[in-house]
Amino acid sequence: MKLALGPLLYYWPRQEVLDFYAGIAASPVDAVYLGETVCSRRHELRLDDWLELGRQLAAAGKEVILASQSLIESESDLKTLRQIAGQEEFRVEANDMGAVRLLAEAGVTNWIAGPTLNIFNPRTLELLIASGASRWVVAPEIPGAELAAIRAGLVQTIETEVYAYGRLPLAFSARCFTARHFNLQKDACEFRCLAIRDGLPLLTREGEPFLTLNGVQTQSARVHNLLADLPGLAGRAELLRISPQGAHSLEIVRLFRTALEGRLTPAAALDASRDYMPEAPCNGFWHGRPGVEQYVAA
Amino acid sequence: MAASSPIELVCPAGSLPALKTAIDNGADTVYLGFKDATNARNFTGLNFDPPRLREGLAYAHARGRKVLLALNTYPQAGNWPSWTAAVDRAAEFGVDAVILADPGLMDYAAKRHPGLRLHLSVQGSATSYEAINYYHERFGIRRAVLPRVLSLAQVESVIARTPVEIEVFGFGGLCVMVEGRCALSAYATGESPNCQGACSPGRWVRWEETPQGMETRLNGILIDRFAEGERTGYPTLCKGRFEVKGETYYAIEEPASLNTLELLPELARVGIRAIKIEGRQRSPAYVAQVTRVWRAAIDAVMAAPERFQVAPAWMAELNKVSEGQSHTLGAYHRPWK
Repeated sequence: MKLALGPLLYYWPRQEVLDFYAGIAASPVDAVYLGETVCSRRHELRLDDWLELGRQLAAAGKEVILASQSLIESESDLKTLRQIAGQEEFRVEANDMGAVRLLAEAGVTNWIAGPTLNIFNPRTLELLIASGASRWVVAPEIPGAELAAIRAGLVQTIETEVYAYGRLPLAFSARCFTARHFNLQKDACEFRCLAIRDGLPLLTREGEPFLTLNGVQTQSARVHNLLADLPGLAGRAELLRISPQGAHSLEIVRLFRTALEGRLTPAAALDASRDYMPEAPCNGFWHGRPGVEQYVAA
Repeated sequence: MAASSPIELVCPAGSLPALKTAIDNGADTVYLGFKDATNARNFTGLNFDPPRLREGLAYAHARGRKVLLALNTYPQAGNWPSWTAAVDRAAEFGVDAVILADPGLMDYAAKRHPGLRLHLSVQGSATSYEAINYYHERFGIRRAVLPRVLSLAQVESVIARTPVEIEVFGFGGLCVMVEGRCALSAYATGESPNCQGACSPGRWVRWEETPQGMETRLNGILIDRFAEGERTGYPTLCKGRFEVKGETYYAIEEPASLNTLELLPELARVGIRAIKIEGRQRSPAYVAQVTRVWRAAIDAVMAAPERFQVAPAWMAELNKVSEGQSHTLGAYHRPWK
């Protein structure tokens, strides 16, 4: 089982991003997804910077993938998308059907179908394989049993990557909820995200952490964590995705590696990860239940 | 068939009475769904069984109007045959188009029923002409419904670069999230618009009178609390009041309706082919009121776009049925973002 580091979903100052990936270069992840997938206004690193970072990570032995933006709105979004789809140095994760069209048109045959493409059945996945996808990232809301059924229904083969750790990216909007919190318009947001390392916590009126506001993206408050579910992942995935968080991402990567190598039981790995999570764990989606639940088999 | 106006008015029909009301009040087209999870308004008491669909089709076609069938949820490995059976039934009954979101299902429909007209659902999350043209090239879709995320200028740019007809939402409940890209309901309840055709479904809702006021919960999660005298609202989870950094407010979206009536001349100018009214879950009275106003407004803009003015009576009628009794231009008006 390989470990993949998903794209950084937050907006950090440039040097902090570079420092973070310097740590990742020396970590036991196999694949690293780079690029801005959330908000086109975030520009601490431009595409050229991501490419340069990609070269450094590739030199450190990592498989590097460039991820495309999930919500495409403007002509300038499309311009960036064309640059990503058109470069030949790294594989590309397609996060909307526009990206799929551009990659298929260019005859690229090793791209990755991202988690926002709404792939819920074998027939849709087969179509994407025929268009050149050679790996897909399962939407986090798809249960393990459903994933097994999709894989069983495939005629062609494709690598499967499961979102195994991190706050759940639940929704995208045209509206920026971080700007809204500060009573700013999106076009004049003053880049407030830069000062918020892990997103803005949203609580219910009884103080229960519920969601996380990350600009135009809404995430869960809880951390989707499949460390205790690793036995059920065997045979259903070839890669596990870990989503970067404000602190302790490296510790989480090491815990997954240790557990996969059998040097920690799944239950002990989950326990050990509690020190490194910004919020309580959940795994309901994997078990076909509300995503917010932490399900433990009886 | 009577010629429809250059901008087609597409109205919701959650039931046969709503369908007839929509047509009697001037809808060019109605859209509806079967009584199951194959459509994104899978609510108890709503939608059409086969005999009612036949009756609705006969009623519409006798008056030169069209019927679109929404099969716009995503079939899964285990229930795939239910969705393909629904496509087969749609073709057999002679609906004027099916509204689909899933590429696999579009592929099935295009191959099995080459004469069946395909529309791309808003649930397909296609926000650019590159995405829309993908569906056009692969499956021959003829129309796409845009998610409610683009500004008017962005809509115009899409229209200029695709042969596909563009339909936009004009009025009704407003999804603040990109349709098809929202798992909030799945996170809280396990049921989502994408797979079960429902957002914040009723069976997970609890209303509780407490000393602090009326509380609304979704699977136990407190969505809002209303003080005495405050107008209560259904706990759609993006429209609740939450606390962020010590401040309690509508952190995601106020309960307001989308109302683009005043943009109608602009929508006509940029070449919108159809305007959709949201609300298959609403009553025939709602359908009648909204359809009447939009019919009058579209007729007025078609007759003399330069002289178009929103009649105060139209706005008053629409505000009466708006969620939260207020309205917004949504993403069409850039500052909203």
